[in-house]
Amino acid sequence: MTKKKLLLILCGLSLPLQSMFAARLEVCPSCSYQTIHSALENASDGDQIIIKSGLYREGNIQVTKSVHLLGEGWPVLDGEGQTEILTITARHVLIEGLEIRNVGNSYIEDRAGIRLRNTRFCTIRNNRLVNTFFGIYLEHSADCVISGNEVLGEALEENSSGNAIHCWYCQRLTIRDNQVYRHRDGIYFEFVDNSQIFGNTSKDNLRYGLHFMFSNDDYYYENRFIQNGAGVAVMFSKCIDMDHNIFASNWGRASYGLLLKELTDTDIRNNSFRENTIGIYVEGCSRIDYHHNEFKQNGWALKMSGGCLDNHLQENNFIGNSFDLSTLASAGTENTFDNNYWSEYSGYDLDHNGEGDIPYLPMKLFNQIVQQTPEALILLRSLFIDLLNFSEKVSPVFTPENIRDLHPKMNPYTLNIRS
Amino acid sequence: MIQINQLYKSFGTNQVLKGIDLNLDKPGITAILGPNGSGKTTLIKSILGMVLPDQGHILFDGKPIHKKWAYRETIGYLPQIVRFPENLKPAEMFALIKNLRGQNPDLQHLINRFELEPFLQKRLGNLSGGTRQKINLVQAFGFDSKVLILDEPTAGLDPVSVIELKKLLEEERKKGKIILLTTHIISFVEEMAEQMVFLLDGHIHFKGDQKTLKSTFGDDRLERAIANILRKDAINQSEPEKII
Amino acid sequence: MLKIFRFYFFDLIRSRWTVLYALFYLLLTSALLLLSPNLSKVIISLMNIVLFLVPLIASMLGIMYFYSSRDFIELLLAQPLRRSTIFFGQYLSIVGSLGLSLLLGIGIPFLLYGILSSAEIWNYLVLLGTGLMLTFIFSGIAFWIALKHENRIKGFGLMILCWLFFAVIYDGLFLLGLSWFNDYPLEKFALGASLFNPIDLSRILILLKLDIAALMGFTGAVFSKFLGSGLGMLISMASLLLWVGFPIWRIRAISLKKDF
Repeated sequence: MTKKKLLLILCGLSLPLQSMFAARLEVCPSCSYQTIHSALENASDGDQIIIKSGLYREGNIQVTKSVHLLGEGWPVLDGEGQTEILTITARHVLIEGLEIRNVGNSYIEDRAGIRLRNTRFCTIRNNRLVNTFFGIYLEHSADCVISGNEVLGEALEENSSGNAIHCWYCQRLTIRDNQVYRHRDGIYFEFVDNSQIFGNTSKDNLRYGLHFMFSNDDYYYENRFIQNGAGVAVMFSKCIDMDHNIFASNWGRASYGLLLKELTDTDIRNNSFRENTIGIYVEGCSRIDYHHNEFKQNGWALKMSGGCLDNHLQENNFIGNSFDLSTLASAGTENTFDNNYWSEYSGYDLDHNGEGDIPYLPMKLFNQIVQQTPEALILLRSLFIDLLNFSEKVSPVFTPENIRDLHPKMNPYTLNIRS
Repeated sequence: MIQINQLYKSFGTNQVLKGIDLNLDKPGITAILGPNGSGKTTLIKSILGMVLPDQGHILFDGKPIHKKWAYRETIGYLPQIVRFPENLKPAEMFALIKNLRGQNPDLQHLINRFELEPFLQKRLGNLSGGTRQKINLVQAFGFDSKVLILDEPTAGLDPVSVIELKKLLEEERKKGKIILLTTHIISFVEEMAEQMVFLLDGHIHFKGDQKTLKSTFGDDRLERAIANILRKDAINQSEPEKII
Repeated sequence: MLKIFRFYFFDLIRSRWTVLYALFYLLLTSALLLLSPNLSKVIISLMNIVLFLVPLIASMLGIMYFYSSRDFIELLLAQPLRRSTIFFGQYLSIVGSLGLSLLLGIGIPFLLYGILSSAEIWNYLVLLGTGLMLTFIFSGIAFWIALKHENRIKGFGLMILCWLFFAVIYDGLFLLGLSWFNDYPLEKFALGASLFNPIDLSRILILLKLDIAALMGFTGAVFSKFLGSGLGMLISMASLLLWVGFPIWRIRAISLKKDF
């Protein structure tokens, strides 16, 4: 962390120093430069290129110098569906206030609205990207800030669409306050470490709102993931802490608020999972703490598949879910549930210590029936099923012994959760 | 007025009416007699359209009653009632029937006659069988109908009320009404009815006035005459167990 | 018909059963609203009770009431009235009084609670609507059975059996069938089979609102398509209406042919 901070400070100091000697190059039909290309050719490191409002159809623009590209009055860079638009390979580049549109799909290359390749200390902020296949594409880059951008895709199907913010082999990125809509993945991380993602809104993406692959030590918080194919997927990673996020309305077949696969050593807290088909789906994950989260009106609040070890659920609120928990018999046995509030709990608290006197069994018999015969779901909450569940509750035959909350709370926790 | 032609009715395998022919035109009281299960009530209910015959026709005022309902305006009916709606008060019941028939006669003289005033605002469920029968009488007689059909009018009545009923019947006869009644009490028939219909086993065995009945069956007491019919019938069919 | 309806209706709303029924809902709903902080939980609890109790009470009170007014019907039949007038008037009065009990019993507490300005208003209305529909259906069935069977013990027995069948046995058989033919695609069967039980239908109508997430998570495309669109709502409503119509049709047919 200290190394990272130092770098940021250095970076911050170096920018104003440069700009003191910087030239201003203006681009517009009546300016000294009519094209961005010509301005770039004549610029030197540290210069500011001011792009005035207008429509610029210049195909691909390579940014190989450490310049600032600043839009005034939302100039439009149109790729006319043919090419990638900005390709940045220099360090310390700032891109701001541009509207970039119409990159056009390609099945051969991953074209992007803005690409950063082998670079560091770049900032992409407050731009508007419309229909850009891949929006902002970072590869082999580090210490960059992507903030306040609006990336609007027009994705119709997974195969032919790109990601809004795509990061591959990167370090120490900051992705903040962006709006990413209608792509394949809202934000995609593959081999990205030590990065932070916060304040973003990821909505209507076909696959995932946020997607981690083989990434470690990242931290995302205060984001909203709404109506995506699935909210967030974290796969083959470790130490991805998550808090104060909202995972809502991710529903449809096989849809999750949060999908965890082969993830280890993670802390999940103060998140809200609302109206997802499955709140959290966990597969092959170990050493994960879930606490102070809210699971509200999901189909399944938590679904645990095989190979889960040391998952600990404490002090969460489970409210109005159709099923609180579903696990396979092959799921690990070392997972614990304690001190949670379950709205389905029907026990009593005679000693008034705020905890129910009999344990809560979150795993219902009907759950197992549905796993075997999914169509039986249509009998949800019928009298017959209630009778079945009740008899199972009275004398458990099918439910695993260890899946129980010994201290179920009588009242929900007041949680620090964003609304 | 009422014309019944070849009426047949069975309930399941039980043939209750086997070709009844009957004409009721003359004003006066006609009693339908017969042992239990002989089809008296079925015959009455057929006239009222409550029982739908298998064969045959019933004409009321010359028109077939099948699937008709308006003709019942001119019939006052005293059912063999056991229970009225429990939460209902007699006053409300009278109001309902007035409402349903669209007539508004003054029932007060009948109410006074049967001394029902104190019961008018009580729940029917709490009244005795006799009182309920009196209420029943009020609703049957109260509408000045051309035809009166009375099923067991004396049931549950105390002797004083029976006398009152007889007076009432007498008055109605004088008004020229056609009155049809069933009863088990022979003395009542002997005293009141000028016409008699004797039903047995689904057939009309006898139809006519008292004098004819007595002379035909060779006894001057009606009870005996009726016993004779039964006996004769039993001998004819050599089925002694049918004697009632 | 209005006269008969009004008469029976006022007789019925004074009966202690109707009053008890309304009071029961009133107390239950108030208690649930006071004790539970969560409105959708209250609605789910109420749903369980309504789906259980409404058919049972409508069946039992319906058949009881018909049998106890059997004698009086004879007096009505002798009046210048159509038969159908008498029976529909009586049927509607039962439905009306039970429906009113339900409406007041679970309506007043929710109104005081402020349901009108709550986000759960639609769930609540669906609950109320299906409750009323079930009242129509099961009073109708009770009436039909009572008209068909003069033998009261037989009538009561049949009615209890009928209720038990729709409330429990049907779902048991349904589940058995599903697990039996597990290897076949059963989505259409499952959807189809639920149309033949008014209680299941009502439940699904309510769940379409409350448990949409779970239902949408179902793996079959037919399910999601059916449940996800307005079509599911429409078809369920239509079949519920058919369920209301069926006993009425039977009542009419029988009452026209029956001897009293």
